[in-house]
Amino acid sequence: MEAARVMVKLMADFDVERIRRDFPALAQKVRGHGLVYLDNAATTQKPKPVIDTLVEFYTTHNANIHRGVHALSERSTQAYEEARKKIQRFINAESHEEIVFVRGTTEGINLVAHSFGRPRIHKGDEIVVSAMEHHSNIVPWQILRDETGANLKVIPVSDEGELDLAAYERLLTERTRLVSVVYVSNSIGTVNPMSLIIQKAHARGIPVLVDGAQAVSHLMVDVQALDCDFFAFSGHKLFGPTGVGVLYAKKAHLAAMPPYQGGGDMISSVTFEKTRYNTLPYKFEAGTPHISGGIGLGSAVDYLERAGMEKIAAYESELLDYATEALGRVEDLRIIGTSRHKASIVSFVLGDIHAHDVGTILDRYGVAVRTGHHCTMPLMERFGVAATVRASFAFYNTRRDVDSLVEALNQVRKVFR
Amino acid sequence: MSDLRELYQEMILEHNKQPRNFREIQDATARTEGFNPLCGDRLTVYLKIAGGRVKDVSFKGSGCAISKSSASMMTAAVMGRTVKEAEHLFQAFRDMLSSKKGAPFDAERLGKLAVFSGVNEYPARIKCATLAWHTLRAALDGGTDGSVSTE
Repeated sequence: MEAARVMVKLMADFDVERIRRDFPALAQKVRGHGLVYLDNAATTQKPKPVIDTLVEFYTTHNANIHRGVHALSERSTQAYEEARKKIQRFINAESHEEIVFVRGTTEGINLVAHSFGRPRIHKGDEIVVSAMEHHSNIVPWQILRDETGANLKVIPVSDEGELDLAAYERLLTERTRLVSVVYVSNSIGTVNPMSLIIQKAHARGIPVLVDGAQAVSHLMVDVQALDCDFFAFSGHKLFGPTGVGVLYAKKAHLAAMPPYQGGGDMISSVTFEKTRYNTLPYKFEAGTPHISGGIGLGSAVDYLERAGMEKIAAYESELLDYATEALGRVEDLRIIGTSRHKASIVSFVLGDIHAHDVGTILDRYGVAVRTGHHCTMPLMERFGVAATVRASFAFYNTRRDVDSLVEALNQVRKVFR
Repeated sequence: MSDLRELYQEMILEHNKQPRNFREIQDATARTEGFNPLCGDRLTVYLKIAGGRVKDVSFKGSGCAISKSSASMMTAAVMGRTVKEAEHLFQAFRDMLSSKKGAPFDAERLGKLAVFSGVNEYPARIKCATLAWHTLRAALDGGTDGSVSTE
């Protein structure tokens, strides 16, 4: 009862129409229809404050960071480092030294594979991933496996789209060197029991990387409460700019890891005999970073904190229920991934109509969805489908958007009758 | 709805539902697999060439309505043709889909295949329509157990 009352209170505080006005891209018409943007798992739209931050940066502060003595460089440096601290607070990292700016989730995972995995993982060692991973959390480990002679173990997925935790425990052995698992599935929306997964691994002294690409925009993430060793996410899926992302890593790991790339900014001194690396996190940030992107991501985090992640999660949960029910009423529609623990991502197939035909027709009604394998080909194979249609919702989507989707799906059925 | 009908014409929908020559050829002289990594569509084209002519042609596989109907209509169009005619047809089809919207194409040569001219307006879907044709082209070039990719 108490939980229900809290939910109602959170919902009442959430003014989606006001929020929609902050996202200029949502106001446009596409092919004569108001845009219904349901491809948020691919990338999210940007609120005005983020866009303004980018414009302001290039209009007034633009300079390279960290070593300039002039006013613009000092301002840029300060803004960039403030953004780092905002992100630290947003995911509740213990220190800003644990926040490494990267290009995105993919680079974050590759960084861990290169600097943490390669020195530690040898022939016969094991890396555990799951059958619902994005290709970006499969391929870096395959490359490492092929280089080292290690083995890749895969946690199976149930018919509902949940990880088989009993099988997971059996996969953990004295040869397991790393567990790397997705928090929220990008293609079917399942929220994995991350704390439990981490506890089981830690009980055997195995570190865990969390692919948080989809988690950060839907859930309240607390890396200390999770106790994960690594957590990677992208800025552009969090209402920030493309080309910037974050790798969180426990300080002890970062301190022990060799650099990822060599170059400027990651050093404290260079002679031809010996180079001293910079302090954390700069040791892992070679070259001029995506300065405006980092600052823009900080602005996105500010926006989300003002909106309130708790309210966002409550609103999206209600919207997911509504969408699941509405889609369930569409004839011949089958939802792929029916876990009770889902973020607002719904994948489905419509009779024997190919997902790409569905996507093309929905687009004609201004409804933007993703169709295909969503970079999770092993998961598609698990469910015996070549492709699905994926509608992924953000906190600016409404029941009206769900209704437009359902209406357009009925038009698809008419074309293929 | 009207512009959708231009893409999903009755003939395309009908071939999607009941594809022609949707079978294997046991004594094929060439067999090539076509793959579109973007959407995962995969099909195999079987060819039986004798005396410079397409004696038999067929396909198997799965895909969207555009790729399946295109493969079906392609087999019907090249059946019995000379290898040279089939190659000219491939070129005419490819040119139709790479030309600008409204630009003239070789309607006479293409005949029924002109129903795919509307795909032009959907850049993301052009590869769906051309997958079977690229696969046929590779098979005509003599690929046995070869494979082509749209990427």
